[in-house]
Formats: sequence, structure tokens, C-alpha cells
Amino acid sequence: MKVDKKIIVRVLAIVLSYALITFLLRMGLLNRQYTALLIPIGVNIMLAVSLNLVTGFLGELSLGHAGFMSIGAYAGALFSLHVEMPALPSILLAMVIGGVTAAVFGFLIGVPVLRLRGDYLAIVTLAFGEIIKSVLNALSFTNGARGLSKIPLNANYEHYTIVFIAVVITVLVIANVVDSRHGRAVCSVRDNYIAAESVGIHVSRFKILAFVIGAFFAGVAGAIYAHNVGIIKPTTFDYNQSIEILVIVVLGGMGSIKGSIIAAIILTALPEVLRGADDMRMLLYSIALIAMILINQSGFKEKLLERFHSGKKQKAGE
Amino acid sequence: MALLEVKNLGIAFGGLKAVDNFNIAIEKGELYGLIGPNGAGKTTVFNLLTGVYQPDTGTMELDGTDLVGKAPADICRCGIARTFQNIRLFKKLSVRDNVKVALHNDVEYSLLASIFRLPSYFSREKAMNEKSREILEVFGLEKYENAYAANLPYGKQRELEIARALATEPKLLLLDEPAAGMNPNETAELMETIKLIRDKFDITILLIEHDMKLVAGICERLTVLNFGTELASGETSAVLNDPKVITAYLGE
Repeated sequence: MKVDKKIIVRVLAIVLSYALITFLLRMGLLNRQYTALLIPIGVNIMLAVSLNLVTGFLGELSLGHAGFMSIGAYAGALFSLHVEMPALPSILLAMVIGGVTAAVFGFLIGVPVLRLRGDYLAIVTLAFGEIIKSVLNALSFTNGARGLSKIPLNANYEHYTIVFIAVVITVLVIANVVDSRHGRAVCSVRDNYIAAESVGIHVSRFKILAFVIGAFFAGVAGAIYAHNVGIIKPTTFDYNQSIEILVIVVLGGMGSIKGSIIAAIILTALPEVLRGADDMRMLLYSIALIAMILINQSGFKEKLLERFHSGKKQKAGE
Repeated sequence: MALLEVKNLGIAFGGLKAVDNFNIAIEKGELYGLIGPNGAGKTTVFNLLTGVYQPDTGTMELDGTDLVGKAPADICRCGIARTFQNIRLFKKLSVRDNVKVALHNDVEYSLLASIFRLPSYFSREKAMNEKSREILEVFGLEKYENAYAANLPYGKQRELEIARALATEPKLLLLDEPAAGMNPNETAELMETIKLIRDKFDITILLIEHDMKLVAGICERLTVLNFGTELASGETSAVLNDPKVITAYLGE
């Protein structure tokens, strides 16, 4: 019964959010500025949820998520640029190719860094992201620093259904993996890898698993990004992009998929919402970020909830 | 043949011989104690047996299977499970999930089954839940099933560690100071539990302990370690009255 309830809530959430987006778009309630935010929000949800698998559930700080995103973006874009195809199969294939290529790199980077933990792993993933950037800059078929342009806009807001489905699949797959024997093994590695080994968990296997799944969906997100913007350059996927994804994950809460989704929506929309403030925009953005983390993480929220609950109880008692 | 046969086991850290020429033979169903002053190398022996460290010399066999060179996860599959001196639970997982992690290799389904929620996922998860509940009930932990492991009281955390180790269905269970930090009542209760699980799960137990009352109360045979080498071994009462052992513990 409990499982059924969870499924019903999930289905409702999916249907309602799709209906809401469709309604807002069809009724023309969103201006151009907000319409343009839809796909980036989806992309950031995918990036944040997939990074959360590595950082929140596996417990390894990865600062190279933008690297996987760029691999997916370039692989997907190169495919669309070189292969003529109708829009729908083309974008689907581009997403799959982007994801698989990124996953292969996730495996390649995963194997050597398995021996590292914590700070060291973070530095290596950071370096990995920078290497990818440099390589994309140097190669001729990626068009060097000029990047790729005129990528067909097969994943812009007009194709929001495809992106929406991709986001739903990402979230469901990662949520399902986390809530399974494989996911428990991943979490056990985070909580205590020595104990995990002692109960028969092959630690390296699950580190790689988390890395590869995380990289796959970052790659798919990258492909969507490329087909939304139409132009990609190596500098788009720099260290700042990785940090931005990490900020979303931290704000939403390590190991909370729901939190990552909400944080991705807020943090993607916030800079646009604050555009009216002009010069003060980035300042306000930073202050809002600090305030949100303080509220979320300092126990203030718990106090508030406690007061709320005890107030309700008192009312019920009367 | 003994269940666990260890011969001439040794490991050195730099110049320090932490364990040297260590021999032990434990029969099936036995409750065996490993004692010794602080720093004698007891936990190092456990770490060698479970593959956390690889020995420099010697052989270890469990039921005829060579353990040397095996990774900790593989040794667990061979049938050795352990608890830790400083509790190592999966703190952010629930009590039930702590046990379910240990059932990982026992109740299997594929990654695809978990991604697509195939029927095998539901049936195996159900089996896992039942099995974990059974084990938790032995320790009376089932009422904490959904609590985070980190929120359990200290004594319960120790018990959960034993429950988790038992879930891997070991032939040999290694308990590293199970009574550490427990009050006399809890220790007495623990003694009963240890005896109970030996009989109920039909396993062999090797335990490290400083609480002599517990050791004298339940261990059938003992080995005393001092400075990494064996000081004495044999029947519990004989060993505990050995003047060499008393000197090692209390001084001249």
C-alpha cells in the first residue's frame, strides 16, 4: 500500500507539472524571457539530480560535472550537424549519443580516481573538467575556440515535451536506482566504506556505477543544452558551470532528489526574476543564496516547522 | 579439520612487528576469545583475517579456502563477518537498510530490475524486508526499523552491528570488543545474546574483549596476545590463571 501511494504521488506530480507548463505556454502567460527559462531549468534539474547521485549519495565531491555536460553537448551537436534526419529522431539520437559518450568518459575518469577520496578526488575531477575544455579548444573537428554553431534547435521551448520527458526519465531512473539494493550499496560506501567492504560490497564497482550513471545524464543534459542554445563553445563549460551545479545540489540538500529539483528551479529562475534590480542583480542573487542556505541548513527551518506542528497540535487538542 | 586455521601469521608496519608468528585453530561452533593488553595486535589480527591488511607471512584458511590475497568483500563472501571496535554503521541509512545492505549478495536482482521496477524488484525487496526483520527481531531492534542508525542508543548500535554482520550469513563471526562502553547490565545481556546467536545461527565466534567477566563467562578457549606474539592459549580457566598472563595485564 505504501509503495502504491508513492507511485500515485509521483504520477500526480508529473502530470500536474506538465499540465502547468503546457497551460502557461498555450495561454501565452509567459513572456519571452520566462519562456526561454523553461529548457535551462530542465537542463539544470538533470545536471543537479545526476550530480547528486555522485556527491549526495556516493558522497564524493565532483567538481567536473560540466566536463561530462560538455562531452554530451559536443557529441550530440556533432551528430545533429553531420547527420540529416527529421527533428524528432534526430534529437532523440543526439541525446542518447551525448549520454553514452559522456558515460564512457565517466567510466574512464572513474577507474583511475577510484583510489582517491574526498579533497583529492575533488581536485582530480576539477582538473578533468579543465582538460576536457582544453582538448575541445585544441581539436579541429570541434572547431576550436569558435565552437559549434547553427546546431538545429531541436530542444528549444517548442519541443518542451521531449525535454520534459527526458527530465522525468532522469529523475525516475536515479530515484529508482537510489531506492534499490544498488543504491543502498552506493549509500553504504558513502557512510562507511570499510564497513561496506566488510559486508561484501565491492566498493569500486559502486563508485564506478554512480560515476557512470551521473555522467550519462549530464551528457544527455548537455545535448539538450546544445540543441536549445544552438551555439556551444569550450568556455561555456568551465569550472564556474560545475560550481553552479554543485551550488544547486548543496542548496537542495545532499542526497535529496526533491531538493535538487526545487533548488534547480529557484536558482535558474532567480537571476531572471531579479533582472529588474539591474546593477544590484548579482548582489541580490548572492544574498538570496546565502539566506536560503542559512534557512535550510542552520536549524532555523526545523524550529519553524516545530512551532508550526506544535501550534497545529494545540489547535487539535482544543 | 578446524574451521579457521591460521599459521605463522605476521605483518609489520615499518619496523614495528604488529603481529608476529600468530597461530590459531578454531573448531566449528566454538566461542573463542582473543585477549591481550592495549596495543597487543588483536584488532590487527581481525584486520588481517578480513583482508583489510594483507599479511607479510603466514597462511589463513577458512573451511579449506585460502584467505590470503583476497579483498575484504570477497572474504565476506567466503563466510567471515565482523563488527568494529569503533562502531561503523551506515549512519544515514535506516536500521532496516543497514541490514539490507548486508543482504546485498544474498538476495539479488539486476540493475535493470531496479531502474524499471520489474516484478523481481518487488518480490526480492519483500524477501529482503522479511529477512531483515527476522534478524532484527533477534535483537529486539524491529521497533527501531525506520530510525536512522545514527539515532540509536549506543548499546543498540553495537547490537545492530552484530545484526548486520549476521545478515551476511557468516560461518565465522568476529566481534571486536562487543561490550566496550556498556554498563554491567548491558554486558550481561550481551553475553546471553552472543550465546544465543551462536546456537540459533549455528556459527563460530571469535571475539576480542577486555571485560574479563564476559570472557570468562562465555569463551571456551582463549588466546592471549602481547606485543604481537602469542603469550598463552588454551582452555579459558587455565589461561586466565597463567602467571604469564597475569603479569602481562597487571605487571610484576
